[in-house]
Amino acid sequence: MLREPELYDYSPMCDRPKITWPNGARVAFWVAPNVEYYEYDPPQNESRRPWPKPHPDVVPYSHRDYGNRAGFFRMMETMAKYGVRGSVSLNVAICQHHPELIKACNDLDWELFSHGIYNTRFTYNMTKDQERTMMEDVISTIMDASGQKVDGWLAPSLTYTTNTFELLAEFGIQYTCDLFHDDQPQPVNTKSGRLISVPYSLEMNDTVVLSMMGKSSRHYTDILKANFDQLYEEGAENGQVMCIPLHPFLIGQPHRIGNFAEVLDYITGHDDVWVTTGREIAAHYYEHHYDNVVASLTASRNARGGL
Amino acid sequence: MSNLPDDYLTYSNRALGMDHDRYTWSQLHERPNVTWPNGARVALWVVTQLQWFPMDMKPGVPVPGGSVRPYPDYWNYTLRDYGNRIGVYRIFKVLDKLGINASVAINSALAERHPFLIEQINQRGWEVIANGLDMGHPLHSGMDEAEEAALIKGVLDSLRNLSGQPVRGWLSPIRSESFNTPDLAAANGIDYLCDWMNDDMPYAFETKSGTIHNMPHTTELDDQQILINLRHTEQEYVDQLKDQFDCLYAESEKYGGRVMAINLNPWVTGQAYRIKALEKALSYITGHDGVWSATGADILDAFKAQA
Repeated sequence: MLREPELYDYSPMCDRPKITWPNGARVAFWVAPNVEYYEYDPPQNESRRPWPKPHPDVVPYSHRDYGNRAGFFRMMETMAKYGVRGSVSLNVAICQHHPELIKACNDLDWELFSHGIYNTRFTYNMTKDQERTMMEDVISTIMDASGQKVDGWLAPSLTYTTNTFELLAEFGIQYTCDLFHDDQPQPVNTKSGRLISVPYSLEMNDTVVLSMMGKSSRHYTDILKANFDQLYEEGAENGQVMCIPLHPFLIGQPHRIGNFAEVLDYITGHDDVWVTTGREIAAHYYEHHYDNVVASLTASRNARGGL
Repeated sequence: MSNLPDDYLTYSNRALGMDHDRYTWSQLHERPNVTWPNGARVALWVVTQLQWFPMDMKPGVPVPGGSVRPYPDYWNYTLRDYGNRIGVYRIFKVLDKLGINASVAINSALAERHPFLIEQINQRGWEVIANGLDMGHPLHSGMDEAEEAALIKGVLDSLRNLSGQPVRGWLSPIRSESFNTPDLAAANGIDYLCDWMNDDMPYAFETKSGTIHNMPHTTELDDQQILINLRHTEQEYVDQLKDQFDCLYAESEKYGGRVMAINLNPWVTGQAYRIKALEKALSYITGHDGVWSATGADILDAFKAQA
């Protein structure tokens, strides 16, 4: 077992290179809806049960299905109203089950990135070859359904092997959303190629805040606004990233959508915000900052004696 | 199920005072008044915890904040690590702004990984408190005494060597002790423990290596306890800190100097959306006359000088 991920170097926020965004923006703001398919009767994985109850587990299954039937369109309409394009964390089986959703995303120029095949198929215990097969499937499925190249990755249901990041680099994935250690993109140390993490934030994730922590919708609104305010303040010194990861079955509920609209209205009402997508953040970072940051991290590592 | 033995109804320690010899029974309001330097009414003791939650944690007792997901759990590892890269510097900035003299309780394994953190503490003239090895190594009675002795000695040797400080305070990871912990800490030159949360003032604590003290340091005001475990809002956290201060400040008029300890976890309070709540509460406290912001060792020395 690894003691640590061995994926990134220590880099204190108070002592690192300055990051800038287009047009002098202080915060790169992106919204990442998770468009997911949970199976009715999925196979078991030794490390984790797909559903808490014996199958069928109708309540959580149907709760999530609400997202695709009702919540998605409501969420999409609200985002469009504020000019926010989504970066979709996609269970790619949606391409087969609900191609209407893929078409709607493409029509609005939304990004599609990988969230695995199904949210009930975990990466735990996959051999390297099995994980490769899954990745190939994801990449070709999104390409065939949308014409988009997969640039981003959020592991299905946040499940991993210790090969995951190496394989992402091998497949030319540009950025991962799976590391929660930072408010700026960070280089990921891999042997096979370039990879960066783009902040995705579990702290801002509707599932974590509303379901796991049991917060009210109004409290979630306060959290999102306060988080933005702080990053906007800090972004004057060093560019920051704020992501709102969403699930249409939660944020797309009628009683929550108004609060979400209020947050988008608030954030997009600021001047120095770059309203963007994960892919665009990664591309900008590679073009303007990656080499400089890697050089700085390498210098620090050498000064510490290679640790 | 077998019957209880007869001696289950024998009560060998049923006598006046405590059922152990670690400290004497004493009620807070009956003790002589203590006077703080410059006639201060409340000694404000801010303790930031810097901790490392390794990915291969197999602690002998459950560790709140530790991994709850299958290996490799990048989720929890990187969320905690956020505190040591980003959150801690937000907290330090607030403490700097308010001129607060603070203590930092740190895992020795983290200090060894990132000596930069020790430099930041020393630059400010703050105190290092030993917070054990890492969060995967809580102390408990299942440990062999020689193993625990070696662990405590190793932690203190490491932190004293890295910081150049005497390191007089000990906070066990998750406050978990074996029956031997106070003796082993004292044998290694520890002057005060922070684990026992049974008082608002320092008190004498007996060990095989003589009398040391326990400092008032409580989970009641711990950010992880309030915001994560109890899921209160940020505003409720502010209110609790202010209410605690108001009570101690008022009591001090009649009963003499009091201690208010605030325990901070950078992965909790150092989040962008929470840092202003901390600043609000600390500004309120330091905005009063008669508040002495001090390290644990300073408070203990002032207390002992009058005992």
